[in-house]
Amino acid sequence: MSTETPLIGNFHAAPATTPLGGARIGVVTFPGTLDDRDAARAIRLGGGTAVPLWHGDESLQGVDAVVLPGGFSYGDYLRAGAIARFAPLMSRIIDAATASSGTRLPVLGICNGFQMLTESHLLPGSMVKNEHLKFLCKDQVLQVENTSTAWTSQFTPDELIAIPLKNQDGQYLADANTLEALEAEGRVVFRYVGENPNGSRNGIAGISNETGNVVGLMPHPEHAVEAGYGPDDATGMRNGTDGLTIFTSVIASLAGSAQ
Amino acid sequence: MPRIIVEVMPKPEILDPQGKAIASALPHLGFTGFAGVRQGKRFELTVDGEITDEVLESARTAATEMLSNPVIEDVISVRVDDQDAA
Repeated sequence: MSTETPLIGNFHAAPATTPLGGARIGVVTFPGTLDDRDAARAIRLGGGTAVPLWHGDESLQGVDAVVLPGGFSYGDYLRAGAIARFAPLMSRIIDAATASSGTRLPVLGICNGFQMLTESHLLPGSMVKNEHLKFLCKDQVLQVENTSTAWTSQFTPDELIAIPLKNQDGQYLADANTLEALEAEGRVVFRYVGENPNGSRNGIAGISNETGNVVGLMPHPEHAVEAGYGPDDATGMRNGTDGLTIFTSVIASLAGSAQ
Repeated sequence: MPRIIVEVMPKPEILDPQGKAIASALPHLGFTGFAGVRQGKRFELTVDGEITDEVLESARTAATEMLSNPVIEDVISVRVDDQDAA
């Protein structure tokens, strides 16, 4: 592990003990990343092993999947996610996610990570500032509309989940043809329920690529994985753990594809 | 040193939230008479040496592939700065 990774801790301290603990999921840290530790913790709570990756690395260290966490990579200079796209490790991720042979690397982009995925053209469209111009931080209800992706396989169809939403550039835009294709192909994976929080077209909160291995969403599943630290739910204050299913889904998908 | 100016604007059909915020603030400061504002970006690319056609072409490529996002922005112009005598 590189010594120039002050933003992340030692994720090796608590190895997963479940049979699926062999799933090694990389979490990429860029300068300005905020949520890498939370993402790594979510992976561990989901039963996997989190592998810290540094944006300047050339190797994916043989991980089975990758999470691009939220934050403000490179200070969001130029455009959110725009400069992160050119990081050495992003080239490896793009190649692995679009490989023409073998299993395509599952990649999840959360918030700033979603912005990186659109800037990298792994996902269509783009994000601009919230319609109301304000930074927004709230618990947000989403409907899971596609349960066939690598990251949503353990949700029930149209399941409603509550996870935190916190961003400034969260308004999802795409041209009419792209939106039509996303809807027709069932690639709207998550949709905002209730009032549209940021003006996103069609209330889109998250989408997938054509093969379902790459998923991006603006809200933060990694902040809703542990009772006591998540959104409020019917069982009590901060008990919501709806985000955990994203991480158990990819681990189950990996276990399934390895058989 | 010679410079190339690249200008990028939000696409006309996309609501520009920053421009909207500025437009609503202008009258508060007494600047009336402006019906709308759109905010874009100007990049100044300094060239170490002469601006050849090749350098200009490289700037055009950078403008399209990195300095702008074609989903939300248009490259308005890529030109040699003619004020380098100033």
